[in-house]
Amino acid sequence: MMDVLKKVPVREQDAKVRAANFEEVCLGYNKEEAMEEAARCINCKNAQCIKGCPVSINIPGFIEKVKDGDIEAAYQIISEDSSLPAVCGRVCPQESQCEGKCIRGIKGEPVSIGKLERFAADWARENGIKPAGAKEKKGKKVAVIGSGPAGLTCAGDLARMGYDVTIFEALHEAGGVLVYGIPEFRLPKQAVVEKEIENVKSLGVKIETNVVIGKSVTIDELMKEEGFDAVFIGSGAGLPKFMGIPGEQANGVFSANEYLTRSNLMKAFRTDCETPIMRGKKVAVVGGGNVAMDAARTALRLGAEVHIVYRRSEEELPARVEEVHHAKEEGIIFDLLTNPVEILTDENAWVCGMKCIRMELGEPDASGRRRPVEVPGSEFTMDVDTVIMSLGTSPNPLISSTTEGLEVNKWKCIIADEEHGRTTKEGVYAGGDAVTGAATVILAMGAGKAAAKGIDEYLS
Amino acid sequence: MYKIVQAKELTTNIYLMVVEAKRVAKSCQPGQFVIVRTDEEGERIPLTICDYDRDKGFVTIVFQTVGAATQKMAWLKEGDAFHDFVGPLGCPSEFVTQDIDTLKKKRMLFVAGGVGTAPVYPQVKWLHEQGIEADVIVGAKTKDLLILEKEMEEVAGNLYVTTDDGSYGRSGMVTQTIKDLVDEGKNYDTCVAIGPMIMMKFVCKMTKELKIPTIVSLNPIMVDGTGMCGACRVTVGGEVKFACVDGPEFDGHQVDFDQAMKRQQIYKTEEGRAFLRAKEGNTHHGGCGNCTDGGKE
Repeated sequence: MMDVLKKVPVREQDAKVRAANFEEVCLGYNKEEAMEEAARCINCKNAQCIKGCPVSINIPGFIEKVKDGDIEAAYQIISEDSSLPAVCGRVCPQESQCEGKCIRGIKGEPVSIGKLERFAADWARENGIKPAGAKEKKGKKVAVIGSGPAGLTCAGDLARMGYDVTIFEALHEAGGVLVYGIPEFRLPKQAVVEKEIENVKSLGVKIETNVVIGKSVTIDELMKEEGFDAVFIGSGAGLPKFMGIPGEQANGVFSANEYLTRSNLMKAFRTDCETPIMRGKKVAVVGGGNVAMDAARTALRLGAEVHIVYRRSEEELPARVEEVHHAKEEGIIFDLLTNPVEILTDENAWVCGMKCIRMELGEPDASGRRRPVEVPGSEFTMDVDTVIMSLGTSPNPLISSTTEGLEVNKWKCIIADEEHGRTTKEGVYAGGDAVTGAATVILAMGAGKAAAKGIDEYLS
Repeated sequence: MYKIVQAKELTTNIYLMVVEAKRVAKSCQPGQFVIVRTDEEGERIPLTICDYDRDKGFVTIVFQTVGAATQKMAWLKEGDAFHDFVGPLGCPSEFVTQDIDTLKKKRMLFVAGGVGTAPVYPQVKWLHEQGIEADVIVGAKTKDLLILEKEMEEVAGNLYVTTDDGSYGRSGMVTQTIKDLVDEGKNYDTCVAIGPMIMMKFVCKMTKELKIPTIVSLNPIMVDGTGMCGACRVTVGGEVKFACVDGPEFDGHQVDFDQAMKRQQIYKTEEGRAFLRAKEGNTHHGGCGNCTDGGKE
């Protein structure tokens, strides 16, 4: 008999097996499991889960359809609000959003909303169901810069409203962080990301790759010469941060962005692709966010012993609990309350170790987290040959520096109002990491959605 | 896809291709670069722009085959196409944004080495079109490896060719020619040197002694070319810069060449290959810039 207080467990690849492959970790629900889990939803009148969703999906609505076994209807309900359900079902931090608000969660486990969303989206894809497109055309052109979560969402929503949308992508492949950042084992590229992007295209969205806005063409040129009536900037936060410690330019020190881009976008983990990646024997990943977990788990799969080096304690790890759990299961070693002070190099400038210092937690700082302070005299050397810096990213100035009238704040983030994504330049909207600095996929999608509404109001 | 409208071998292992890339041709400036990819599995290869025709939408690139990826490029023929061709990337040469009248008063020297002649060409041509004649030194190992001599002659004020083995023009390294020209009474306010890292290092050493401010164009390892990966970081004047967005041109007297040369070897040199072989076993699969058979060495 099922325990109604508990989620229907989701099948996963065994930790020992998956630590050596790039196949997806979570295998998802099948139809029976999904229907059983959906039956746990009590269909609240005043559904709190919807309020916890940055794109306000009608969650009880789609879950009810899953419960009835009408998966196509469930998918269409989700598609009204989300262009990337198969992605969100996999990478959203549901525990702090929809599932965090679920009434079931007060006494027991919340409904597994994320896994149900994933199931509905996967089922639709496998059965060739496409999202419903616009009924009539508006005859107006919108340019979307960046094909990551913010851009795809904004483009999808605008296309559904009837706008003629073109996405401009700087890289050779569409998807932004979904293709260069998040690894295959969390988010399959061909099976999931490519198909979701095809769905967005099926709404009429055009995607032009290999266009670097601010270099290949400017926003002003798009509006004045190419006839775009409005522009949405969803260019992300791409610039990696480094620590500024000695030895950081040594061979064998990489930004998490570089390491992940080589593996994810350039497919360096595969033997049939040209781009090389360094397969270290002992790798230190500095940082404690989701990107750090992704880099660590990638290095592990490439054959290394991997250490997460983080200056605070486990409680402060910014990564999702599920990611930390998965990382530990796979054998990642966590060196907490530890901070690098110098990277040691051999005579040929290759990394041969990392000098670290132990930390302890002091008084809370401005962020409310207890501030890590060095323990005097606690320096020690870690024996590593590769160091991956995963300290966060900041927005790329390529667009803001080439667009007159587009203002940025002191962190170089584009200034845009939250409700409509309106920037300081007329007809130009922005959202996602380019505005907020590095955040999550779903928050970027929420911003893309808000901006689509803002653009629609502006052009109506 | 980006169609190749012309393809020819300039000399052994150095190829010129004219590629249809309208957006790049429309907006590129001297000093900037592109990133190309031959096919879906290909590496992203950064190449400096050699020439452009805004009306036709053509961009000219020149490259030397150094490994599997560039060898695959070399096999492409007229009528074939690149899978990807993105740009222009990086900042234009500083003089492009400077006041023309001030520029006209400057005595400029360009020093090109080997395949580095290609990125020097659009700079000298641009100046020539503004009525500014610059002196150009082109160095090559030997006569047969000299490229774009005729083209350069048409746009340069004075062209000095030197070969390491003395088989053509002057004899010796480009640094020797710089010194000779200065000894002959030439004065220069600024120098631009583009070529192999080791050449740029020694040109800078020389021009520092001669007190000629010198710009160099760096071509470190890159992945995205838009500032995202940080692979191309170089130390300039004690500060970390990304060659792809802050460069590729920098004050040569401030560049830490020794570090830059070591970083270039990550996937490249014998040492690096041995290192990777040791680390990777038989999984090393090309793209290192050295294993011409795709890594199955």
